[in-house]
Amino acid sequence: MISVPANAAELLEREFLEVRAKLLQVAATFDRLDRTEGCVNNDARMQGLRQALEILQSDTVDRAEQIQLLFSREYEDDWQTRYEMPEPR
Amino acid sequence: MYYIDPHIHMVSRTTDDYETLARMGCVALSEPAFWAGFDRGSVDGFRDYFRQLTEFEPKRAGWSGIQHFTWLCINAKEAENVSLSREVLAMIPEFLNRPGVLGIGEIGLNKNTKNESIIFQEHVDLAMKTGEQILIHTPHLEDKYMGTRMILDMLCDDSRVDRSRVCVDHVEEHTARMVIEEGFWAGMTLYPVSKCTPERAVDIVEMYGAERFLVNSAGDWGPSKPTAVPDFIMAMRHRGHPETLIKKVVYDNPIEFFSQSRNFKFTPPEVSEAASV
Repeated sequence: MISVPANAAELLEREFLEVRAKLLQVAATFDRLDRTEGCVNNDARMQGLRQALEILQSDTVDRAEQIQLLFSREYEDDWQTRYEMPEPR
Repeated sequence: MYYIDPHIHMVSRTTDDYETLARMGCVALSEPAFWAGFDRGSVDGFRDYFRQLTEFEPKRAGWSGIQHFTWLCINAKEAENVSLSREVLAMIPEFLNRPGVLGIGEIGLNKNTKNESIIFQEHVDLAMKTGEQILIHTPHLEDKYMGTRMILDMLCDDSRVDRSRVCVDHVEEHTARMVIEEGFWAGMTLYPVSKCTPERAVDIVEMYGAERFLVNSAGDWGPSKPTAVPDFIMAMRHRGHPETLIKKVVYDNPIEFFSQSRNFKFTPPEVSEAASV
């Protein structure tokens, strides 16, 4: 790891407004979906978004990585057999 | 600060972009072969594309004082067409000794299919036969994790592969560690929406160090920002990191990686950065 020159207070000072703006964008999108005809609450992507919000509120130190994995297809460890890949060199 | 963009598709950018890059400190760039936005119809289409990469783009880059290097392959998207891919693979050796050709790339996976995997493996076989470096595209969005693991499965199982001569590109938070820990170079692409941001790239450097990391813009015909590497430079400065660390990532690391290619003939800028415009 490389030490971060700024401390947490300085980082928050610099980034608070940008994060606030991004949260507002997410909130406005959810409001927009509620105002629009139809319901997407059962759409897997909406469920994924809600799970992502839970990760954001957790105490884990790797929220970004966890959200990336949440939105990723799972690794299938039998792929080389299924694809009949050649033997390793 | 002088910098090198190790992954940018200038065939899809205007000459004005070269001028802008030069004014922002870009002294060299490397351009992998990629999907043009449509599926090419024949091997001759690829032959003409490789001529453009090895003849016209270096000339056009030179008008702005930028040194241009390139990689050759049939990209992951068009690799689904196995017969065309094999024609292209047979044709690639015609170009491998041209000036500025760094190796095979950007090969990889797109939707992680069987055909893509087979053609990826055949590209690796070609690279091992002719001693080339390899530049790898990992899939977008939800396919990236599975695809990166599949790529690492193939490379790590192959005793011929020198991992220090391979760059696995487009890494993000969930793939960076596995690529670095397996001994490969890792490229971070600063591309709107579907890939990394400058700030997140700085986070990754802070978490894993600067060794074997590259940053690039992957500027292409889609919504992209060819000046993204300077954005990374500024994000590092905002975070308070020293100029030596920033220069390592954006200038020294690309030179170190590319210097392993026999056709990398780079002339460093004559004027010191303090005296440059």
